Amino acid sequence: MSEVLGKLEAQEISGWGRHPVGTTDLVRPERLRELPELMASGSCVARGLGRSYGDASFNSGGATILMERIDRFIAFDESSGVLECESGVTIDELIRFFVPRGYMPPVIPGTKHVTLGGALASDIHGKNHHKDGSFSRHVVDFKLLTASGDVLTCSREENADLFWATTGGMGLTGIIMSMRFTLMPVESAYVSVDIDRTADLDQTLELFHKSDDRYKYSVAWVDGLASGASLGRSVLMRGNPAPADDRHGLDIKKRFTLSVPGVFPGLLLNRASAKTFNALYYAKQPKQSRDRIQHYEPFFFPLDAAHNWNRLYGRRGFIQYQCVIPYEGGRDGLVEILELVRTETAGSFLTVLKRFGDVEEEQQLSFPIPGYTLAMDIPWRGKKIASVLDELDDVVAKRGGRVYLTKDARMQGRTLRRMYPRLSEWREIKMRVDPTDRFASDLAHRLELLR
Amino acid sequence: MSASGSEGRGTVLIIGASSVIARSTALAFAKEGYDLILAGTPGEELDRVAFDTRVRSGTGVESLPFDALDPDGHEAFVARAIEISGDQLIGAVVNFGLTGDPESWRYDVAHADEIIQVNYAGAAHVLGYLANYFEEKKRGFIVGVSSVAGDRGRQSNYVYGSAKAGLSAYLQGLRNRLHRSGVTVVTVKPGFIDTRMTFGKVPKPMAAAPDVVGRAILRGVKRKRSVIYVPRYWRMIMTIVRLIPEPIFKRLQL
Repeated sequence: MSEVLGKLEAQEISGWGRHPVGTTDLVRPERLRELPELMASGSCVARGLGRSYGDASFNSGGATILMERIDRFIAFDESSGVLECESGVTIDELIRFFVPRGYMPPVIPGTKHVTLGGALASDIHGKNHHKDGSFSRHVVDFKLLTASGDVLTCSREENADLFWATTGGMGLTGIIMSMRFTLMPVESAYVSVDIDRTADLDQTLELFHKSDDRYKYSVAWVDGLASGASLGRSVLMRGNPAPADDRHGLDIKKRFTLSVPGVFPGLLLNRASAKTFNALYYAKQPKQSRDRIQHYEPFFFPLDAAHNWNRLYGRRGFIQYQCVIPYEGGRDGLVEILELVRTETAGSFLTVLKRFGDVEEEQQLSFPIPGYTLAMDIPWRGKKIASVLDELDDVVAKRGGRVYLTKDARMQGRTLRRMYPRLSEWREIKMRVDPTDRFASDLAHRLELLR
Repeated sequence: MSASGSEGRGTVLIIGASSVIARSTALAFAKEGYDLILAGTPGEELDRVAFDTRVRSGTGVESLPFDALDPDGHEAFVARAIEISGDQLIGAVVNFGLTGDPESWRYDVAHADEIIQVNYAGAAHVLGYLANYFEEKKRGFIVGVSSVAGDRGRQSNYVYGSAKAGLSAYLQGLRNRLHRSGVTVVTVKPGFIDTRMTFGKVPKPMAAAPDVVGRAILRGVKRKRSVIYVPRYWRMIMTIVRLIPEPIFKRLQL
């Protein structure tokens, strides 16, 4: 039956970092069969909930396909834990409907407000990467709508090159329509958490290496404004799924969320307030605590409590800089980066450090490699910041590390080529399946990923 | 999973199941403890909708193929729905519709005819069988999703509007007939709802969230309302639109 789909023309749009801003036509399909028609003219990119920080989720001068209504659960196999669903289903929905049945997502990012399509295109990681790898490791297969109009099933066996190029491929190989992946069985919705406060970076890294093996989840909050002997002082938060007991079952909690107003003055987040906040937070943590039972919600999603927290940084927005540096020489790299950010920028308000474990070698653009990953939220303050970030890129690239494209908003193509040595292989696959660049985004243009 | 209504509150049949409005209606009734039969165009899409609703609602959901353009199959369709429910069918929501391609129906009479067949003839036909069942049972409810477009014909969508106007009148008469049997008949007239029908066509702030419709339908059934507008302020808008004298109305670009 024919119906005409509407289009919102020339809309201003940005990612979670609110910078940069693009202009694109928006379309919003409600059924999978509408997708081929939507990509019939011009270039496009699929967008989930727009939680990538920079310019990956929109396509200026072309169309951006909002996938939020392509969100059906398709099938679930109790015996294997394999769930099939459309790509607009969110981690939030997954948790809401499957935790009561005794399952958690295999990989849990720092926010639950992401779609599974976005999770696959970014090949997201969580606090369990050192144990369980990134999202793609748990994916059985997915259906990809390609530029030719064909729907291809991609797995490690079938269309394997497209499987690897699409996991982490930032949505540029086609539109991910649906996928099958394995959920993780849990007894309760709780995590048993150990906390260790460290005095400096060396202590932090030592603890990571000594005891990360004992924890499924591991992350360190770093005081990004501490200097000198205290540089890299951290609070390690590590835990394991808690067993069920009388008080701790498979409950999902409704949580009170605050909303940040749209006109929040960005100047309130300045160097002085950041320094105070970080020092206070550090001081508030116990030196050591063991087996604290915590609900998954505050453990995995502390920031989701403040809806629109990105507005805290004001109209100019902020940059999240996330990089990974291989273990070899990793410590010195971290010192260099922490020092650069502390002295040359307004300071990182929130700094997070964790270890990545083994990865699947075949991937080309997937971010994780074995090493330390550091994420920092830096207020955007114009040109000065840009040159500092270029310096950071240089430190990272020199040490064989890389920057996470999902967080990136400003890197250049030549830097990308230094960081991702298999980029040319990815481009070959892209040119083969999408010779006319039907799938494009502002990120793709900026990083010279197109023809 | 069985949709037998023996333990629950009975089964609600939703015809036209793959739309956003149908989902919001299904979830609203499931939350109240009803089992569901979702009917729509047969195929993978219908199976997905049924499984998705099962996951999201945690209730019994069955699917059943339905074709508005095959009136000969409607009697068997209703019989099958009653059978699946274990003779516990407590309500039916007739939600299917076709807005059509405005570039085409104006000059393509066959396309205009299809719009009338689906929105009026198909709906009236299946409603006839449902009415007989509920009248005999002396209980239950029938919800017909019509449209504000049926309240006054406009050049931009009068074929769709006239079919919905017919449906509204049909439901009005049916309500009168079934009143003495204790069967509730609710006419639903959605205004702008944030779906594919309005996306990119009306300013976004004017379109209400789809959830609103499901909740409004459930409330309408509970309170045995006759005609509900969703959102409610559309009653006022349409009252004004109806009051414009025809000599003026015919000159307007609507």
